[in-house]
Amino acid sequence: MAEVEFREAIRQAIDEELARDDAVVFFGEDVAAAGGVFAVTPGLMEKHGAERVFDTPISELALAGAAFGSAVAGLRPIVEIMFGDFLPLAMDSLVNQAAKYWYISNERASVPLTVRSVVGGGGRFGAIHSQVPIGWFQGVPGLKLVAPATPGDAKALLKAAIRDDNPVLFFEHKRLYSIKGEVDGDVATLGEAAVVREGSDVTVVSAMRLLHECLTAAEKLAGEDIECEVIDIRTLRPLDVPTVLRSVEKTNRLVVVEEGPRGGWAGELLAAVTEEGLGDLDDAWRITTPDHPIPYSPPLEDAFMPAAESIARAIRER
Amino acid sequence: MTQHFTPRVATESEQALYLELYRRMWLIRRFEDEVQALFLKSLVHGTTHLCSGQEAGCVGVASALTEADRVSCTYRGHGHALALGVDPQALMDELLGRATGIDGGRAGSMNVVALDNGLIGCFGIVGGSIAAATGVGLALKRAGEGAVSVAFFGDGTANHGYFHECLNFAKVFDLPVVFVCENNRYGEFTPYEDVTAGEISDRPATLGIPSITIDGNDMWKVRETATEAVERARRGEGPQFIESMTYRFVGHSRSDPGRYRKPGELDEWRTRDPLLVGRRGLMERHGVEESALDALEQEVDDQVRQVSAAAIEAPFPEPYQATEFKDG
Repeated sequence: MAEVEFREAIRQAIDEELARDDAVVFFGEDVAAAGGVFAVTPGLMEKHGAERVFDTPISELALAGAAFGSAVAGLRPIVEIMFGDFLPLAMDSLVNQAAKYWYISNERASVPLTVRSVVGGGGRFGAIHSQVPIGWFQGVPGLKLVAPATPGDAKALLKAAIRDDNPVLFFEHKRLYSIKGEVDGDVATLGEAAVVREGSDVTVVSAMRLLHECLTAAEKLAGEDIECEVIDIRTLRPLDVPTVLRSVEKTNRLVVVEEGPRGGWAGELLAAVTEEGLGDLDDAWRITTPDHPIPYSPPLEDAFMPAAESIARAIRER
Repeated sequence: MTQHFTPRVATESEQALYLELYRRMWLIRRFEDEVQALFLKSLVHGTTHLCSGQEAGCVGVASALTEADRVSCTYRGHGHALALGVDPQALMDELLGRATGIDGGRAGSMNVVALDNGLIGCFGIVGGSIAAATGVGLALKRAGEGAVSVAFFGDGTANHGYFHECLNFAKVFDLPVVFVCENNRYGEFTPYEDVTAGEISDRPATLGIPSITIDGNDMWKVRETATEAVERARRGEGPQFIESMTYRFVGHSRSDPGRYRKPGELDEWRTRDPLLVGRRGLMERHGVEESALDALEQEVDDQVRQVSAAAIEAPFPEPYQATEFKDG
């Protein structure tokens, strides 16, 4: 299998779905002629035509409204909201229109739209271009939230998101775009976590960039006779609780590592596992980012973000 | 290009068409009266927003549309739904939260979806109808069959972000969207001129969108204007804008008594009631006998009484676990 960058995996998924289904369209700010501010989508407009891949005004309200309206009138839009931090501008159409429509239409009209958005810290982008806005959408029935950690998953999950008949928010961590990995043409199943490292002492669940930090931490701890089972949760709504429950049956310890403040998916996963698997748990806790905005200065941002060393230390000292 | 589209309202003759539009206006008025009565009996829940006084805009625009066209409207959407031909019984049942409602009781007054009648939805937040219609326009343009989308919204929406973003978006992509601003002179309780800089219809004009302000209580004028705007949009001339001047005879919602109205304003507008204008016009322009109009009104009154009685008898939905996601 070919090794490609994460950004290329995303591009391939959009390219293949545009080729497969004429109802798929892709639009956003600077995504077409310029190929995306993170160089994720070059060549798609040239290949599939400016009718189906096009640049929009800097108008997130209109973008999200256009996504919703076109999705309920026969298209299968993919839109890019350039930074996840801009999602509040798109929130009305996504939360009040798209997420509710299948239900209030009495299950007659679905909303097959995908929103791609770049998220995450570590890039020195400061407080308002570095957030992971997943928590803002966690409490919205009708939305699916997807957050891949590898190029292979990025491609397979994005294809699944595009084919899904529900509104899906697809989060791409900006610090993962240049990592390389194998991809194929498969379509993943949304809502399925993956056990990416087996171990017997503690279950470590994470997503996106911090999953890699957790894997590095697991390597360190393995040298100290602490065997971590690492789970890539991959979809944040719905959460794959059964996979985590099966793991804690074995390890009896659970730590969830989230890039974001308390109040996000880590807390929700801990609650769900506690509700159903309390008898299997000797310990359960979370590692999150501190309860303040993301700082700009490199030493401040580095201190803000969980990393392999601090995750390993937290597990070791627990 | 559009010959195969079936009109939303029968057109066997001018007289028959306008009689049908008058019938729908009378139905809307009586329906809204009944909704208010049922609301006061706590049979309609939560809140309601009635469009009494604004009927000509609903039916005039609907009569310019075909079954291929799509409409979005606001929380004040009962009249538009009826104008598009939604079954009054299914609509009333919905407002009473009954299982037989058009959306099974899941949507309610502010959120009605009636896809079989071209109604993409009623949107409960100011500006939402514009957003939805803009997106629908994108899909209809891509389909390339000459269908159009229509957004109904009020004067208050002119000051909303969606208005500016979506009008620009629709224009730069030449989307077949007809924006219909029903200027009823009040955004909730506040006179629009107190909170709106300049004239609303000047704003789309600066974007190069054809824009016109009309008497929205005259169903002939509304139909004629809407027909022209829809045809331009069908021909690929891009978005169109109509400011339809009208007045709501009732409060913004629920039991709002409308104390903010200027003295004499309501009485002045009552003389321009779209039903009066319609009745007079049908007799003068189309030679309709007064007795025929009386009979039509009586028939609709009976229909609304029956609808109301049946809605009260209709079953509530069983409490059940709703499906959260569409399967597959």
